[in-house]
Amino acid sequence: MTTAIFGAFESGIIYAIMALGVYLSFRVLDFPDLTVDGSFVTGAAVAAMMIVSGANPFIATLLALVAGFIAGCLTGILHTFGKINALLSGILMMIALYSINLRIMGKSNVPLLNTETALSHVRDAWDKTGLDNIFNSLLTAVGLGDSLPRTWGILIFMIIVTFAIKLLTDRFLQTEIGLALRATGDNKRMIRSLSANTNFLVILGLGLANAMVAFSGALIAQQGGFADVGMGIGMIIIGLASVIIGEAIFGTKTIARTTLAVIGGAIIYRIVVTLALRVEFLEPGDMKLITATIVIIALILPKIIHKSRENKRKAKRIASVKASEYIKGESDASIKSNP
Amino acid sequence: MLQLNQIHKVFNEGTPDEKTALDSIDLTMKKGDFITVIGSNGAGKSTLMNIISGVMLPDIGAIYLDNKNISLLSEYRRAKMIGRVFQDPMAGTSPSMTIEENLAMAYSRNKNRTLRKGVTRQRKEMFREVLESLHLGLENRLNAKVGLLSGGERQALSLLMATFTEPSILLLDEHTAALDPARAELITNLTKEIVKKYNLTTLMVTHNMQQALDLGNRLIMMDKGQIILTVDEEQKKKLTIEQLLNEFQRIRGAKMTNDRALLT
Repeated sequence: MTTAIFGAFESGIIYAIMALGVYLSFRVLDFPDLTVDGSFVTGAAVAAMMIVSGANPFIATLLALVAGFIAGCLTGILHTFGKINALLSGILMMIALYSINLRIMGKSNVPLLNTETALSHVRDAWDKTGLDNIFNSLLTAVGLGDSLPRTWGILIFMIIVTFAIKLLTDRFLQTEIGLALRATGDNKRMIRSLSANTNFLVILGLGLANAMVAFSGALIAQQGGFADVGMGIGMIIIGLASVIIGEAIFGTKTIARTTLAVIGGAIIYRIVVTLALRVEFLEPGDMKLITATIVIIALILPKIIHKSRENKRKAKRIASVKASEYIKGESDASIKSNP
Repeated sequence: MLQLNQIHKVFNEGTPDEKTALDSIDLTMKKGDFITVIGSNGAGKSTLMNIISGVMLPDIGAIYLDNKNISLLSEYRRAKMIGRVFQDPMAGTSPSMTIEENLAMAYSRNKNRTLRKGVTRQRKEMFREVLESLHLGLENRLNAKVGLLSGGERQALSLLMATFTEPSILLLDEHTAALDPARAELITNLTKEIVKKYNLTTLMVTHNMQQALDLGNRLIMMDKGQIILTVDEEQKKKLTIEQLLNEFQRIRGAKMTNDRALLT
């Protein structure tokens, strides 16, 4: 049980990078970008093929990021210069990428077991430090000794990487270009009248978003030990689920707070799915159904809560008005009865 | 300063809905000129604004700004030199961003946007200073989201954002029309103050004849895509609404039919 949750936490923090990408396109740019389903696999495919052919896995991961950037830019170009509807340009790119991903991999599945990946390097380096023993003895001391993770190295490495990306994103969105990018999602007409090239900004934003998505895909492939042409199906919904859950639970007061919320949302999503799959009658194939259900609940629940709070407030006000009328009525009655 | 040469613009050309929006418009503005534009609906006032700002390109004709031909320059490139305030108070600001962030975006208008921080301590000081000129207390709410401001406050902020980088020309497109009378007066007064302070060359479209007479040093009247009347500085000082309406009747042989134009 604890091991499963630990695993969920570990992959959650990797998927969080993808969720940050979805946040950038979906929320900041207000662009429902379905490229994600394809670019996630593109990242995985590029990294996997390079690693299999003997390249340095860290360079392979970075090149996956570049591939995602290009894919995102193409969606942006379709939308801005081709004047194709936002949803449709994303779908077109996603479909095109399916074939491209197959071409990159040459087959539908590339296993990475027994090869040196970026994450296995990290694990090996970590093992040399011997810090695992300290963490593990701590866990054993609190009575969790029977569910020790394989290694702490990957988790800690990924926390550092994800937070570095989060901080870079926060920082970028405060720069002059970043402000213009946010305004592009908020009020295009206004930012154009302030001399910003909104076409360029949409392309840049989608490029960056998909770069993060592909980067996350590359790392997930290395963590899971394979790249598969179908691993991106429904990725946009998972990203969206993370964003919505995170925003609902942790709030959106500032940019830094929101990006933190998105990371939290990604981790919570993974844990919820892991727990759901332990229910007797659910099978791994039900995962997409569970995801869809989670997103629907996350979308509807806040509205229901808001509505019921409003109703309570109304009921209170009506009660207080009635009460004051009752008092007034009593005093009226007493005035009448007095003479 | 600004020069329009023989501008033509036709909409839906070759269809039954064909409409000549601008018909050989010639207009020259000197530095510091403040021209008010009046005319009934469909006279081509808004099209004129859109042609100058680059939202639309003219079919024929040339536009010169600071002796540079900008006829084919895209909207965002022209925007470096042109400040604009829209009729809709929501249109000129970004609601989910803070006041200081909005000002930072306006501040970058005539510069190249870089990866430097948009809101620095130094800029904050400057933003506070320019906000004080609005007398709305916004200088104490730099971190408030613009979406929380009232329509009047947002329009005042839009006006400030359009002007404080001192553009070559300021375009005001009925920028007080969507506000209640008190707010409209506030914005009108602010417009006067700001235009005077920066000595801005200004073109203002309005439906309010009184406003058209009160503000600016020149006036033009448009109808059916043409400039049918130009009033220079000396004449404008003596002009009354009555005279304007009579003039329209004399030129067009018809009464001005637009109620909104008569509401003063």
